[in-house]
Parts: sequence; C-alpha cells; structure tokens
Amino acid sequence: MTLFEQIAFAVLIVSSALCLYRVARGPTAPDRTVAIDILGTLVVGFCCLMAWRTGRDYYVTIAIAWALISFVGTLALAKYLEGRSYDA
Amino acid sequence: MLEPIALWIMGVGLAFDLFGCIGLVRLPDVYNRAQAATKCVTLGTCMILLGLALRAFGAPDGAMAAKAILCAAFVLVTSPVAAHAVCRGAYISGVKLWDGSVEDCFGSRAHEIRQEQATEGSVAREEAETA
Repeated sequence: MTLFEQIAFAVLIVSSALCLYRVARGPTAPDRTVAIDILGTLVVGFCCLMAWRTGRDYYVTIAIAWALISFVGTLALAKYLEGRSYDA
Repeated sequence: MLEPIALWIMGVGLAFDLFGCIGLVRLPDVYNRAQAATKCVTLGTCMILLGLALRAFGAPDGAMAAKAILCAAFVLVTSPVAAHAVCRGAYISGVKLWDGSVEDCFGSRAHEIRQEQATEGSVAREEAETA
C-alpha cells in the first residue's frame, strides 16, 4: 500500500468516525438522518479507493448501487420525518 | 502523465470530505450541518470518482472510467435532493432554527403545509368513521 493510499484511507476513516459521532450524539432525528446520508456518500468514496488499490472495476459497480440504495433510504426517512404516508 | 493529475484531484476531494465532516460535527443546528456536510462531501466524492476515472481512462478496458463518471453524475444529482428532502422534513416536523439565524423564508409555507396535513388527517378520520 503506497503512502497516498494510507493517507487516503486514514482521512476517510476519520471522516466516517466524525459522522458516527454525529449519529450517536445528534440531539434530533434529522441530525442522525443527515449524518447517515453523508456516511453513505463516504462509503462510495471507500469503494473508489478500493477500486484504485485493486484495479477491479466491480467496486465501482458496488459504489453505483450503494449510491442508489442510500438515496432511496434517505428519501423514505425524509418522508417519515415530514409525517406523511409513503404513497402520497 | 494522467496519474499525478488524478492523485491531485483525489487529494483535494479527500480534503473536502474531511472538512465537510468536521462541519457536520462543529456547526450549531441541523440546517447548518446539512448544508456544510452535503455540499462538501458531494464535491469531495465526485472528485474522488473523477480522479479514479482519469487514472482508468488510459486502461485497455475502459469500463471503470465510464462507470466512475456515471457514478459521479449520479451522486451529484441525488445527494443534494436527499439533503433538501431531509431539511424540509426537519422543518415541518418542528426542529427549531439556531438562535443566531437571521432569515427564515420557509416559515409561513411550512405553517400552511402543517395545516393541510391536519385537515387531511381529520378528513381521513371522518371517512374511516363513516365507513
């Protein structure tokens, strides 16, 4: 693992730890929802770094799928926060 | 030739990710946190994906570059939409602004939306009672 890859993984791990701190601490439910959304975007970055390191392109496929699922999940949580039913 | 440029782009993207997450921890209320974290982390992740695409561009199998650009476009579109939906939900569910906020343009509209929801709820309850 090169120095750049070590620094890159360290930065993403620190960022994820900050997000998890906000998930644990966040005073309201929307704080936690935002932090989980950001964590999903960071996981896309993790997948990119794994693709960079190994040279396999299925990691980018995982990143696309993860971004999709994370988006749908966050929208469902937002509708729940707004107090609406899911089919309206 | 392309690899040093890709390294620089990825490095800047990682810095944006880190600063966005610092903003997520340090800022005072959910709206400030959402705007700081969403903008910075969206740009940062898109730059990581673009760096990966630049590096994979010269490879004989070009699928990785195409997928990375597709994923970058997708993140760029969906992440702000999700954050907007969450902030709207937060406001309508009654999360207060920070004391130092100076502008609240959504307040009257949010009040109307809450009233609409209340009338919808009462109509649905009447329908359920009559049925």
